[in-house]
Order: sequence, then C-alpha cells, then structure tokens
Amino acid sequence: MDNQYDMLSPEALGKIDREVAKYPADQKQSAVMAALVIAQDEKGWLPQETIAAVASYLGMAPIAAYEVASFYNMYDLQPVGKYKLTVCTNLPCALSGGVHAADYVKQKLGIDFNETTPDGKFTLKEGECMGACGDAPVMLVNNKRMCSFMLPEEIDKLLAECK
Amino acid sequence: MALIDTINPLLTTGWAKGDAGWSLKDYEARGGYAQLKRVLASKMTPDDVIGEVKKSVLRGRGGAGFPTGLKWSFMPKAAPEKYVVCNTDEGEPGTFKDRDLLRFDPHSVIEGMIIAGYAVGAKLGYNYIHGEIFEIYQRFEAALDEARAAGYLGEKILGSDFSFDLFAHHGWGAYICGEETGLLESIEGKKGQPRYKPPFPANFGLYGKPTTINNTETFAAIPFILGMGGETYLNLGKPNNGGTKLFSVSGHVNRPGNYEVPMGTPFAKLLELAGGMRGGRRLKAVIPGGSSAPVLPAEVIMDCTMDYDSIAKAGSMLGSGAVIVMDETVCMVKALERLSYFYYEESCGQCTPCREGSGWLYRVVHRIEHGQGRAEDLDLLNRVTDNMMGKTICALADAAALPVRSFTKHFKSEFEYHIEHKKCLVDPEVQRAGSGFFRASSVTGAA
Amino acid sequence: MLEIEIDGKALQVADGSTIIEAAHQLGTYIPHFCYHKKLSIAANCRMCLVQVEKAPKPMPACATIVTNGMKVFTHSDLAVKAQKAVMEFLLINHPLDCPICDQGGECQLQDLAVGYGESASKYEEEKRVVPDKDLGPLVSTDMTRCINCTRCIRFTAEIAGFMELGQAFRGERAEVMPFIGKTVDTELSGNLIDLCPVGALTSKPFRFSARTWELSRRKSVSPHDGLGSNLILQTKHDKVLRVLPLENEDINECWLTDKERFSYQGLNSPERLTRPMVKQGGEWKEVDWSVALDYTAHALRDVAKTHGGAAIGGLLSPHATLEEMYLAQKLLRGLGSENIDFRLRQNDFSADGKRQGTPWLGMKIADISRLDRVLVVGSFLRKDHPLIAQRLRQSAKRGAQVSVLHSADDDLLITLAARAIAAPSQLPVMLAQIVKAVSQLKGVAADAALAGIAVSAEAQAIAQSLVSGSNAGILLGNFAQQHSQAATLHALGRQLAVVLGGGFGFLGEAANSVGGYVVKATPGATGLNAAAMLNEPRQAYVVLGAEPELDCADGAQALATLSKAAAVVVLSPFKSQAMLDYAAVLLPVSPFSETSGSFVNAEGRVQSFYAAAKPLGEARPAWKVLRVLGNLLEVAGFEHNSSEDVRAEALGGNPDFVAGLDNGIDGVSLNLAAGVSGLERVADVPIHFADALVRRAPALQQARDSAAPTARMNAATLAKLGIGAGERVRVGAGATVILAAELDAGLPDGTVRVAAAHADSVALGAMSSVLSVEKA
Repeated sequence: MDNQYDMLSPEALGKIDREVAKYPADQKQSAVMAALVIAQDEKGWLPQETIAAVASYLGMAPIAAYEVASFYNMYDLQPVGKYKLTVCTNLPCALSGGVHAADYVKQKLGIDFNETTPDGKFTLKEGECMGACGDAPVMLVNNKRMCSFMLPEEIDKLLAECK
Repeated sequence: MALIDTINPLLTTGWAKGDAGWSLKDYEARGGYAQLKRVLASKMTPDDVIGEVKKSVLRGRGGAGFPTGLKWSFMPKAAPEKYVVCNTDEGEPGTFKDRDLLRFDPHSVIEGMIIAGYAVGAKLGYNYIHGEIFEIYQRFEAALDEARAAGYLGEKILGSDFSFDLFAHHGWGAYICGEETGLLESIEGKKGQPRYKPPFPANFGLYGKPTTINNTETFAAIPFILGMGGETYLNLGKPNNGGTKLFSVSGHVNRPGNYEVPMGTPFAKLLELAGGMRGGRRLKAVIPGGSSAPVLPAEVIMDCTMDYDSIAKAGSMLGSGAVIVMDETVCMVKALERLSYFYYEESCGQCTPCREGSGWLYRVVHRIEHGQGRAEDLDLLNRVTDNMMGKTICALADAAALPVRSFTKHFKSEFEYHIEHKKCLVDPEVQRAGSGFFRASSVTGAA
Repeated sequence: MLEIEIDGKALQVADGSTIIEAAHQLGTYIPHFCYHKKLSIAANCRMCLVQVEKAPKPMPACATIVTNGMKVFTHSDLAVKAQKAVMEFLLINHPLDCPICDQGGECQLQDLAVGYGESASKYEEEKRVVPDKDLGPLVSTDMTRCINCTRCIRFTAEIAGFMELGQAFRGERAEVMPFIGKTVDTELSGNLIDLCPVGALTSKPFRFSARTWELSRRKSVSPHDGLGSNLILQTKHDKVLRVLPLENEDINECWLTDKERFSYQGLNSPERLTRPMVKQGGEWKEVDWSVALDYTAHALRDVAKTHGGAAIGGLLSPHATLEEMYLAQKLLRGLGSENIDFRLRQNDFSADGKRQGTPWLGMKIADISRLDRVLVVGSFLRKDHPLIAQRLRQSAKRGAQVSVLHSADDDLLITLAARAIAAPSQLPVMLAQIVKAVSQLKGVAADAALAGIAVSAEAQAIAQSLVSGSNAGILLGNFAQQHSQAATLHALGRQLAVVLGGGFGFLGEAANSVGGYVVKATPGATGLNAAAMLNEPRQAYVVLGAEPELDCADGAQALATLSKAAAVVVLSPFKSQAMLDYAAVLLPVSPFSETSGSFVNAEGRVQSFYAAAKPLGEARPAWKVLRVLGNLLEVAGFEHNSSEDVRAEALGGNPDFVAGLDNGIDGVSLNLAAGVSGLERVADVPIHFADALVRRAPALQQARDSAAPTARMNAATLAKLGIGAGERVRVGAGATVILAAELDAGLPDGTVRVAAAHADSVALGAMSSVLSVEKA
C-alpha cells in the first residue's frame, strides 16, 4: 500500500525517527507529541492529512493522534500567520502587565486573539502559564522562542524584527 | 536573566555564571558528577543511597511535599523494567524555578536522575519538560549529549555494572501534565489525562511499569545531599522540612526571580531579597505556593515562615514554592477571574465535576467582574466549589476551587462591592498603573 | 476471599474485586454511567462515589478495590451528597430535550436524575452546544447530549479492536468524535447505541419511529451465523422496529453484530412475498393458499410419478429453522427423493459417509475464551464470526496466542502470534506442514502421508506457538468448509488437534449449520448433494428459504439449472426477479420473526423461539405449509399440531443440546494436490450479503462493509498483469464481469479476490475456481 506519510519530507521523517529512538521499541506512540511538532514546523500548522500521516507513521489510530493534537494547545489545527505570537495573560504575568502587553499588540496589529493579520504575517494567541512568571510580561514567538519582559519598546522591537 | 539571591546557596551555586555556566565542563569544575562516581566506585548499595536521602527528609519539591526517600523505597525490587521520570512540566502560575535549574545547571538534574536510577534499579529515564520552554528543552538535550559522550549515561556507566540512559520529552501546552500520572500518559503519547490512583506509579507507572517520578528540584538536590550527607542537608532547614528551597517570586516586587533560602526563612526576609514591594506600595495579598494554593492576606503571610508546616498552619500550601505577590492596586475579583479562567482552560475534561464545574466557576466570576453579579452568586460559588472538591481523579478540581474559596473568604467585601456597585473597588486607573507596563524604564531586572 | 460490609450487610468477595462488583453481588445498585463490566475502568463520570470508612473523601465504587474489613456506605449522607453533586454537574450542560430524544424512557441519565437531580437548575449560564457527527448509516448522533463517559471510545478500542472514536479537545470543550471525515465502520458499531447511557448515540434506522414503552418485546435467536446470538425483538403493530441483544454470557455476551441488530429492516422489505403466486402460461398470478398448495402438490406428485422421486431435488437454506428443515426432508423423502441438502456453498462432499457424527464447534462457545493457543484455518473471521473474533481479541490481550492459516490476510484486529497466508490450493499442504511440525515438536509419529512434505518457516512458527500452550483449539472457518479440499482440511485439522490434545471444530456458517445435519437435511446414500443436484439437473426442485443464485457455491450454474427445470417450488419470505424467472410457484413463508422454531448453534445448543409478530400479508410459517403439503401429498407422519411437536419428533425429545456431535472422520484420503495454474479465486461471502434477509436491510446495505465487489490482487499480481489499482478489469471464468482492480497487500501471489453472493459477481460462477483477469 502507498505510504500515507510520504507527504512528510525525508528530513522530517528523520527527525521523527530520532524521537522514536528515545522510547522502547514497542512504544512508538510516545513520539507522537514530538512528531506532531516536527510536522507542524514543516507545514506551518496541522492539516488533518498531516495528523493522519503522523498517526500512520507511528502505527496509531488517526483519532488517537487527533486527540493529542487537539488536547495540547500549542498545536495549530487551523492555519496561522508566519509569526504566531502567544501572550501569557495569567495572573502573575497580568500583575506585571501581561494583559496590557496583549492589548498593546492587538492595537499595533489591529487584530484580536485568534486572528491573523490580513497579510498573513501575524497571528495572536492568548497563552496560559509558560513557567516564566519572573520574566513577565512573557510572549512566545512560533511556540519555541520565549521573549521576556515584553514592555512597549520590547514589543515594538520584536514586531519590527519579524519580517 | 532571572535574578538570584540566596542565603547559603546550594542548588543555585552553579547559577553564578548565568547562561555561561551550564556545560559539563563547568559542572565538573564545581564538583559535578563526583557523587555519581563515588556511588559507583564505592559500591554504595541502592539501599545506602535511599537511606541517605531518607535521612535528609528531602520532601518532593513539585508541590505535594512527599518524602523522597520513602517514595523511592516503594519501588518493587524484583521488577525487570523500571523507570525514573523527572517532572519539569512547570506550568502552575507563579512557578518558574525548574526552568532556571535546567537553564543554568542541567547536569545537576541529570546526575540526580542517574543516581535515582541506580537507587531504584531503573535503566531508563525521561525528563518531561514544559512545552513552552522549548529552548530549555534544547539545552537539556545538549547537556544529555555531553553526559552521554562523557560516559555518564549509557551502558556500564564509568566502568561499573550499572547502565542507565536518559531522554528528554517535551510537552506542548497542557498544565495537567504536571500531574504525575497525566505526565506519564503524555509520555506514552496520549492526552495527559490523569489516572485513577491506586495503583500508584511505583507499581504501575510509565508503560505500566514501576516508576519513580520526582520534581526537577528534587533530583537536583540529590547530588548535594550525597555530597554533604543527609543529616547535614536536613539541618540546613528545619525538622521535617529539610534543606533549602527555591522560591519563585513574581508579581509586585522590585526583583521578581528565584531565591534559594533555607526552609523556615521568614516571608518578610524573602520579600526583602526580592527587592521589596514595587514602587513601595502596600502589600495586599500573597499566594504562597502557586496559583492552586489559597491566597493569604498581607497580615497573615507576614507572620509566616516559608516551610511546609508554617504555611499549612496559616491555611494555605507551600506547594511548589511559587510566591505571587499582590499589592494594593490589585482588584481581587479580576485576579480571581484570571485564575478561574486558567483552570477552566486547563481542565482535562475527564471527570464530570471538574469539566463542568470549572467552566461554571469561571462564568460566575467573569459575570461578577463584568458588573453582572447577583446577590446569590457568592453562595453559588461556595456551593459549586463544595461540589467539586474531593470528587475527581486528580487535584485540578480542588485547585480550581481553592482560589475561589480563599479569595471570596478573605476578600469577601470586595466581591460584595463588585456585585452591588457593578464595578471594582480599586480604581481602574490605579489598577492600570499597578502593572508597570506603561512605565517601561522603571522595570528592573530586564537583561 | 475478603470480608467486607456494604451498608451494614456483611459479605465475602474475591480478592481484587471493586466496590461496585461487590455491591452487585449483594444486589445493591450504585448509580453509574461510565462503568461497564466489559470495558476498562475510566472512573470519569464520578456518579458512583460512595463513602468508605476512614476515607476522607468519597471514593468511586467502580475503581476502588476492596480491602479486608472495608466498610462501604452507598447511601450515607456523604455518598448521596456526592452523587447529587455529580448529577447536578452532569445536567448543567445537558439539553432539556427529553421529549424529542429517542433515548427517552430508557435513559440512564433520565432515570438517575429522578433520584438524584434537583427540580430546577441553578445553572443560569449559556449551555454548551456540540456539533453532531456522521458516524455512518447505523448510528445517529446528538452530541450535545453527550456526558463524555467515554464508553463508546473504550468499546471501539477494546472490544471492536480499533479506536474509531476519541475524545478530542479538553475540558468543557471535550467532545467525542471519529477522525475528521471518518465514520464508525466496525461490524459491531450498533453496540455503541446500547452502551451510550444518554441519547447521544441512538439507532439511525429506528430513529423517531416509536417510544420504548410502546414496543412489545419477544426473545428470539439470530438467524444469521452459527453463533446463535440471543435477541430481543421489539415490535409495534406487528412490525419489528428494533432488535437488541439479550444478554447471554455463554453465547453473545452483551453484544450483537450490526448484521444481527439491523437485518430486521429486511423483514419489512418491499420484496416481501405476501401472497401465494403461481405461474400459468408464463404469467404470474396471485392465488389463494388452497390453489397454490394444490398446484404445488400436483406438480410434485406429477414429477414423482412420471420421473421417479429422484427427479426432485431439495435445496434448503441453512438459515431455515430446525422444524422447517425436518419437515422439508421428510416430505422429500416421502416423495421418494434422497436429493436433499442445506450445505449450499460447499464444494467438497467427499467426507459424506465418513463422518462419525454431526460436525460442530467441538467445544462450547464460552470455551473458546479459555483456549490459550488457537489456530484459525480458512476464515474471514472478523466478518464471518464477528463475536468469536471479539472473544479471541480479548483472549489475545490476556496472553493467548492466536495464529491464522488463510488465503487472505485481512486485519482481524487481533494481535496474531503467527500466520501463514497461501493460495487456496496451498492451504491443505500448509496445514499438513503444521501437522507435521507439531508432530515433530511433540515427538509423535506423523501420518505417513506427510512423509514427503517439507515444513515451511510459517508452518513451523505456527506449530511452535501451538505446542507452547496447554489448551489449544483448531477452528475451521467458512472458507475451509467451502474449500474444494474441505475433507482434507477437516481430516488434517482433526489430526492436528489429536496430536496437540486440543479442541477441534467448525465455526458454523449459518444459524442452522449443525441443525441441518441433525435433522438429516443431507442426501441419503443414493441421493445427490447440493452441488450434484445442480450438476445433474432435476425435473423439479423444492427451494426453502434460499436464493440459489446467491447462496450456492456456483450461483451461475444454479440459476441456469433452475431455469431449465420443469417445476421449481419456492418457499420464501421474499421474491426476486430471479425467482420469478425460474419458479413455477412462490409460497410466502414467514421469516424467523413471524414463526416459532429452533436453531441449533455451532456448539449444538438448541435454541427455540416464538413468533414476535403476525405473519405479513398471507405469509405463513413454513413448517405449517410443509405440514399441509405433507397431508396433500399423503405422506405419512404429518400430523404435527405445533412446531414443538415437530421439534420433539426431530430431536426425539426436547434436549438443551443435540446428541451425536462428533468431528471424528475416517477413511478420507488426504488430497494434498496443489498444482493449480492460473489465478486462483479467493471468494469471501461479504457480511451483509450472506443471506436473503440481510441482503434486504437498507441501512446495512449502505455500510462500508456492503461495498460492491472488486477484483483484489497483491502488488506482484497486479504488476504481472500490467494492471494498476483502480483500473477496470475484465474478470472471467465462464462469463466475464467488469470490476475495478484493487490492491490488497494481504493476498498471496497468483490469487484474485472477488466476493461471492453478490449480484455483480454471480456470473463468475464457482466460488472455488481459476479466473482470468485482463484490462477492460
């Protein structure tokens, strides 16, 4: 049968293989979280075929992979802009301006949470605790890069950096 | 970079060089891996190691405070396949100590885990790292590569008969994975929905095999305990509250950050280390152990010392040592709304009372905050929290309920004002100024 | 054993029991939703919270293991307060749409809300709405009603064997769903309806057709496969509107296959034959019963007189009741014919006269679950015997090793220990290899006939698995029984079991595959079997309940032969165009729901049932029709007043299990010939085409399992023929049909799989044959 996962690049599959190798041989499913991140990095988000491809590669039921993709909130089940900004608005961050930082970004970009700028460049998300409350306000750029102490001038700098 | 100040630095001794001091070379230079070498070379038995940890009365640093040595001793000896798992899924609002531990001193956690593996007879370990701190995950992977290359991980470590390997597993945005069985489910590639206990992980853990799971800070303390001896470590703190503890101080202080202090240090001293109240404003309330811990009014917390027993006596929990400091600019209704939203958002959806109740709580608090509160709402909140608590598989329902109960108890008049007047007791402009966001230059600590 | 106390009553329970199991032992009901005795423990609904002495919090009865001396209070203030709290949470987002909900009247949530709910809701926020899902033609959804108990999810993963449903998202937004764009396609999907404690999953075919309290209930027995699942037929105005399982742990447990649950729709098919019809001068006329019976008696008597009784053949459906088969064979024998058979899809009859008794399962159905080593030979197990596959799936999870010898590697959703997949002609020699390998491993001298056989690696692996246990069973499936060397497979399977000291038996194709032997609905010494009757055309045929063009081993031949016969008498609940073409008289007889009767299931259990509804139109129970025909034809011994009379005569009493069950076989010379040239046909009988009733059930016909036949081949075979998957191909033996080629990696080289029992493939002729395949 045709491999349903041939939609993932050999590089992505190689990275997934490295994750699979971390776990006992009969526990490939353990790599699903990492594999979905690798797939999301490659595709920009997680279309259903991509989730099915990851499931097939790891020998899981597609719905089992979908459960994972929909449970953890950094997987994107809808397309996002080139830069996904996630602002923490939880209490410790809010005490130091997290909500104000989000409002500031909203006003700068003209979008609300869960919206993407018309040019497809930015998507804004409201995040939950990122475990960096001492650095508040905190923002994530594309899930993996954490920006600390995001006061107005820092936000301006970040937005300017995002080409 | 997070600020560091300590009394008798122990866990944080390696943090002095900041991001420049995490590597194996640095760790070895400050005596790292010496304890692992000693354990393997001196042929200390696993029971000897567990005995030393028991003596230290090291209580789990993740929040529950369970004695570590005792937990290790629950592991069945004969099982052929066992695991050691580290919980770095640090997502409890207010907590950020494990992130800095892995950032500045990852090898101390690695060494602690290897020794734990030796003590409980495991050959494989995983460190589950909060998805939002992916850069830290990458650093930990780099540290693992170093340790593997140096022969601290792998087959027949340092020429002994002991083999152990360790890998990092990252989360991707789910607070519930900080619950140990939710975390194990997550490593298994599933949703992080906690398991009903018993059986406990020591009998039925990762892949159904006996598993020891501890917090990052707990593992990091192990090499130090073995280095100085369990008793010496215990005496750093106070009886039944051994050693030092990292406190993550956030909110309205001048220098938010992690502070390592001996167990039993007065709260006032910790506040002083954190630079005191921002702008010299008046302390209003403190959540002393992460967002799930009941809030304590200023006058109560100022009389507390920072240890499990003192905080418990005051009606709250030391938890993970996350100290959220709130000054007089805070509207307690709005503060609670943020927390209630968090638990509503993070409920895993498994147990009925939490799935349904967390949303109910949030909606009612949200209504009150937005001027649509009703006279009966405080009774309703009390009833809903009562119905949630103690009725679910894990403690998230309680964690969602406790802030509601403590906020409405200690700050009842503020909630009543909100319901009656449809607005905040604290002037919105004062609240706005309190965050410091609009006075960038006054924020200290920005690297 | 542990001593515990529940609500002050002392009892002893087994180690490892949960509180809910212990309470069940006492007959104490603890409210619950997510708990189900056949599923893993989820402990998520929290409805079963009870008080346990010394425990600070209420404990879930479903997940709490009892300890010695434990004192449990199921109705204490603490317990009831907790239960009421949970009920309130369950209801806050549940719609108040009971008046329009199909579950109304049989809803666990509704029932428990009466006892534990408040009269008014304190929840005044906006309620949750969850989008419905398309799960296919059988299960209807109303997901806003879902209480997330996850029974349905656990069922698909644990019982049906593949996780087709999951709980996506989290918290309050958690919702049960299949993967996007997928339906639930398991052959056991209808059980989801029973499992769902609320009205989230209901029966699509039954939807909005009746209220549960308007329905009459009658126990019955499934007329389909050899398991004999116990049913409850629910009727309104003499129409079967719903079928539910009647729990029987020894047979179907609490499950039903979709075929068993939804085939009732065929009972109400527009193709039901409701009036007797005779063909006069090539024209069909509806006539009175007396006319039709006279006509029939006259026609049969005529043929018997003119050509002798042997000019009449009787083709009886293996789905007919014991009483019907008994009277039919008695009537035919009374007319002087020994040409009687119910084994319509069988090819090899060389075991006739060599069997030591009635072939059967060789063990109790429940014993299958106790086997620790199993070899299934020649079976599309998951589709032919879904609930036996289910039993083996659970066994395999408990550590039993299941192996397969077959000509197709369909996914049984069972973790297999070993498998050997070979072309049909290779199956006997493969089985011989296994016998030889097991003999060698056991240090037993193998049959001399196996001396020259080399043992393949696959056979060796299966043998190794079989000898490693202590309670082996060899089970022959429908494909093995329909095989052209069936007698050899029988003899070898039996030998294998003897060497292993294990069980051996036949899974049983139809509801009465054992009963047919018991009542001797088989040819006498001078008679012709089902195949021979069609090979050597008769003047007249009596067809009972069958559609020979779809139910015989060679449907094309059956059609041709019947078309040429002088008189074909058909007793059938249905009419079809084929019947109208070949029959002379059509006698409308009752399907199983409208007659009393019995089926003897694969384990030899006699299961009798009553009519659940009055016969439709002028249809009459077939046993009555045959009884009157016996009188009209003046055959002796047709004085029965009830179907019970018939059964008592047929079985010599009223036994629970039939006598004479024996799989012993003597004097079969092993036919290990494997030299076949050309593409061998692998013919399955698709689950929803296996009998006349299910073929007429509309909802089942829309299910994925009802897809039209294709020509399936493996990649090598396709490549050799230069055919791509999806291309149209001309497939032929005698006549040719055009089918789509399909890649099936589970088929052996040199085979083409084309389903039988389907109008699209009837023209291909014999199920066991060599086919040509070329691009169309």
